[in-house]
Amino acid sequence: MLTQSPDPQRLKTLINADQIDLKNDAELQAILKAHKISSEEFQKILKITERAPTMAELGVYSAMWSEHCSYKSSRVHLKRFPTAGTKVVVGPGENAGVVELEGELCVAFKMESHNHPSYIEPYQGAATGVGGILRDVFCMGARPIANLNCLRFGQQDHERTSYLLARAVKGIGDYGNCVGVPTVGGSVSFDATYNGNCLVNAMAVGLINRNKIFKGFAAGVGNYVVYVGSATGRDGIHGATMASDSFEQKADRSKTTVQVGDPFAEKLLLEATLEALDKNLVVGIQDMGAAGLTSSSFEMAGRAGNGLYLNLDLVPLRAKNMTAYEIMLSESQERMLMVVDPCNWPALVEVLDRWQLPHAVIGVVTNSGRMQIEARGRLEINLPVSPLTDEAPVYNRELNDVYLSNADSGALEDLQLQLQEDSVFASQLFKKMLKDVGSKKNIYEQFDRHVGARTVLDSDSGGAAVLWIRSDETKDAPYLGLALSAGCNERRVRNNPRIGAAQAVLECAKEIIAAGGLPLAVTDCLNFGSAEDPSVMRQLSDSVDGISDACRQLDTPVVSGNVSLYNATGPENIHPTPMIGMVGKVADIRRVTAARISSAGEYLIFKLSGENDSKSTAKLVASLAAKNAGLPAEEGRIADIDWDAEKNAAKAVSILRSAEIAKYVRSVGDGGLGVSIFKTCSKMLAESHSLEILTSDAGSFFGETGSTYLVCLTEVDVSRAQAILRDINVSLELVAKLYGRKENFGTMPDRSILVKTYFGCFSTTELLKEYNA
Amino acid sequence: MKKHSPANGTIRVGVVQFPGSNCDDDCVDVVRRHFDFEVFKIWYQLTELPKLNAMIIPGGFSFGDYLRSGALAAHAPIMRPIKEFANRGGAVLGICNGFQILTESGLLPGALLQNRNMEFICRTVHLKSASNSILSMPIAHGEGRYWIDENNLSELEDKSRIAFRYCNEQGLTNQTANPNGSVANIAGVYSENKKILGMMPHPERASDCLMGGSSDGLKVLSEFFNRV
Repeated sequence: MLTQSPDPQRLKTLINADQIDLKNDAELQAILKAHKISSEEFQKILKITERAPTMAELGVYSAMWSEHCSYKSSRVHLKRFPTAGTKVVVGPGENAGVVELEGELCVAFKMESHNHPSYIEPYQGAATGVGGILRDVFCMGARPIANLNCLRFGQQDHERTSYLLARAVKGIGDYGNCVGVPTVGGSVSFDATYNGNCLVNAMAVGLINRNKIFKGFAAGVGNYVVYVGSATGRDGIHGATMASDSFEQKADRSKTTVQVGDPFAEKLLLEATLEALDKNLVVGIQDMGAAGLTSSSFEMAGRAGNGLYLNLDLVPLRAKNMTAYEIMLSESQERMLMVVDPCNWPALVEVLDRWQLPHAVIGVVTNSGRMQIEARGRLEINLPVSPLTDEAPVYNRELNDVYLSNADSGALEDLQLQLQEDSVFASQLFKKMLKDVGSKKNIYEQFDRHVGARTVLDSDSGGAAVLWIRSDETKDAPYLGLALSAGCNERRVRNNPRIGAAQAVLECAKEIIAAGGLPLAVTDCLNFGSAEDPSVMRQLSDSVDGISDACRQLDTPVVSGNVSLYNATGPENIHPTPMIGMVGKVADIRRVTAARISSAGEYLIFKLSGENDSKSTAKLVASLAAKNAGLPAEEGRIADIDWDAEKNAAKAVSILRSAEIAKYVRSVGDGGLGVSIFKTCSKMLAESHSLEILTSDAGSFFGETGSTYLVCLTEVDVSRAQAILRDINVSLELVAKLYGRKENFGTMPDRSILVKTYFGCFSTTELLKEYNA
Repeated sequence: MKKHSPANGTIRVGVVQFPGSNCDDDCVDVVRRHFDFEVFKIWYQLTELPKLNAMIIPGGFSFGDYLRSGALAAHAPIMRPIKEFANRGGAVLGICNGFQILTESGLLPGALLQNRNMEFICRTVHLKSASNSILSMPIAHGEGRYWIDENNLSELEDKSRIAFRYCNEQGLTNQTANPNGSVANIAGVYSENKKILGMMPHPERASDCLMGGSSDGLKVLSEFFNRV
């Protein structure tokens, strides 16, 4: 049946590979340093190995115990996440989290970082980030139906920003477009904190039947270990280790550690994998992602409590003379490791051949509990499995209590005063803010947002994405939808990690609520600075608590996630950026509301707020206005979240929806009321509409408050809206009017169309120029 | 939702599947939901077609767009029977990558080049049909700039073979309404017998007002199937 069959009996005949020379201390120290293995960790390695390790074994330890694979610095904190819930089907620890959507139909999703490779080589870095997260989702048997991405770049005028942005966006687009998964949402922003470390976080979402979820188990002694997909090359060796380190000054020297993606190969792998899983031809499966063959083989064996025998001479290679070390650590893309019952092998081969995928049986499952790997007649790796997977080092690193360096210089009060009184200053700041948030049209138009023919709302709608879920499992719910949102306001987390991280979760929930969904569950991607900096670890720890606070309040458990540490250049750490991805359920897609007006007409725009306006004093703290006025994010302290107010506001939005009154709804977040109103109307402003913003209080116009939504009504519905909200503790205040005609409010001699605000009048073209720059 | 029914007998629609096709399921889905037809996929390696009345070559990245969009698919085994089917007067609809395959294989004139701005473009556009109605539906392509020489262009125009031109909301086919730099704003063309239609916009993605606010794609599909 097999031309070349892996035979564990060969183990008896193999010569042992050379061990590292422990006596040559200088060389040993150099090797350990290159592999980022501490001397304590090396002592543990010697104990587990019971002799000096071979180079290949050391490479395996280095990868398995890297921050990226082992979460050794974050694990003690991640345990505090609320992960249980009635809708949770698969929680953290698997390739992706799974929650129930409707009956047997479930959603598998996860977000992951590809920050370090994207800074070094943005096109491939971002593309392979998309590829990796897609494989995490489809190797469980889920068909991917949506991609999102959260991108952070340095300030807009930084020399590297436009290059990184353009190439990362192209990489994401080229990959997702080709695989045929729509890219429907996410967030992009710019801040000097990312000048030396950009963030590229990709999220993938798939659909799966609860009874057909596959996990990465190397079960069944005697089963084949099968390599499927692109041949292995030297690309990406040590990617996981690289991603576990800060950049020195010369980040672009490490280009060889970046993987190269092939979305066509991914598409074939996707179809073949789903077909093989659907036909039950596979026992266990895992993506060869970070740390490639090493992590996939060890993790699958570890979960099943088995051992594996592998013969690396059978691995399809595309580079000559690759060593065992290189083969084990390569991060070549578009590869899967499968465990297959030999009696299903012919049927699997038929599927793989039809999709033109390279494949090879490279080993068998054993009951030894050991990973025994040969190459060219030598036993290169002979290690017990469970100590590597279960006994990875765990560090409860030092936390610094004085990270809360919030200043209170009075600068925010000064800013508010100046905005209120100096209209030239205020109108210039408004334009600057519009340029900073900017239209993302040039970005999202490069993403196929409609393939799959499910897209109801996407990035162009301005808020959460909504997909129409039509499947065999949902015949009784013909208008079922899935809402998706992702993002994080890093300035607020920098100001106060606990409150700021909670707000990141809340903002996603608000976007989903504004669109018409009910939040279900959360994935996270924790982007932080150096793990060895106690103040960074304090930020991480507090962010975990903040996310947990919000997830408990919203009943949205954390079901998957990823940690990216060492986002630092030299001593400069990025702002803590715990990116949140959230999924929600939409009961009836016919009632969703976009956040951007797209239909001509007259609208009255109301601010719906759950809290009494007068009590919020901290509106400008860490705001977009403060940032653009040159104030640091740590100036002042952001207000605590008023959860009762949030719940009241959300309830009011849902009541308006049931009454089918609200035409468009937006959650007000970054940029405050003025910017949010402008964004809501931007499409129509380009089509000869005029806008009048009525808010005269600078704190309200420029500041950022909680529990606030914009709801767009037509005049006939206003009294009805006020009546049905009478018994709920929310305020409804008219803040803007959008006129469906050219209007210059009698203030300008020429006939240019206007946006009129208390803080200055603008021609529409002037504002759109800043916004679309 | 009222389904469109055939006048006599069941119409059988085949959707070709190449490695890298990614709108095949969407095309099957739209036919199944809105038309009372039998619809099935056709694998690219077949050398004979099953019995069918119409076929759709869907969008995607057949063979990863290697060499040139549609170039490798144009030489796949299935293309021979497709050409025979077309030559017998069979109805063939090529959407996006399907249009590229039809021009690459010579079933439709012209070529599709990289967009004028060198970038992939996904947006909802307006189209003016040969019968002067204005339709709205999305495009999503990197190589959709239709090119044809002047002689052949005038022949297309003389014989009313230009199926769709990019236009603005009012129906003006000016340069601002041309997303990719296509010659004469061309978004889709017919074969001489009008049975073969190639178009860059995606009618299957505009099949329901709940998705993107337009169901104009159904008009395009109905009209195409009426030619069967």
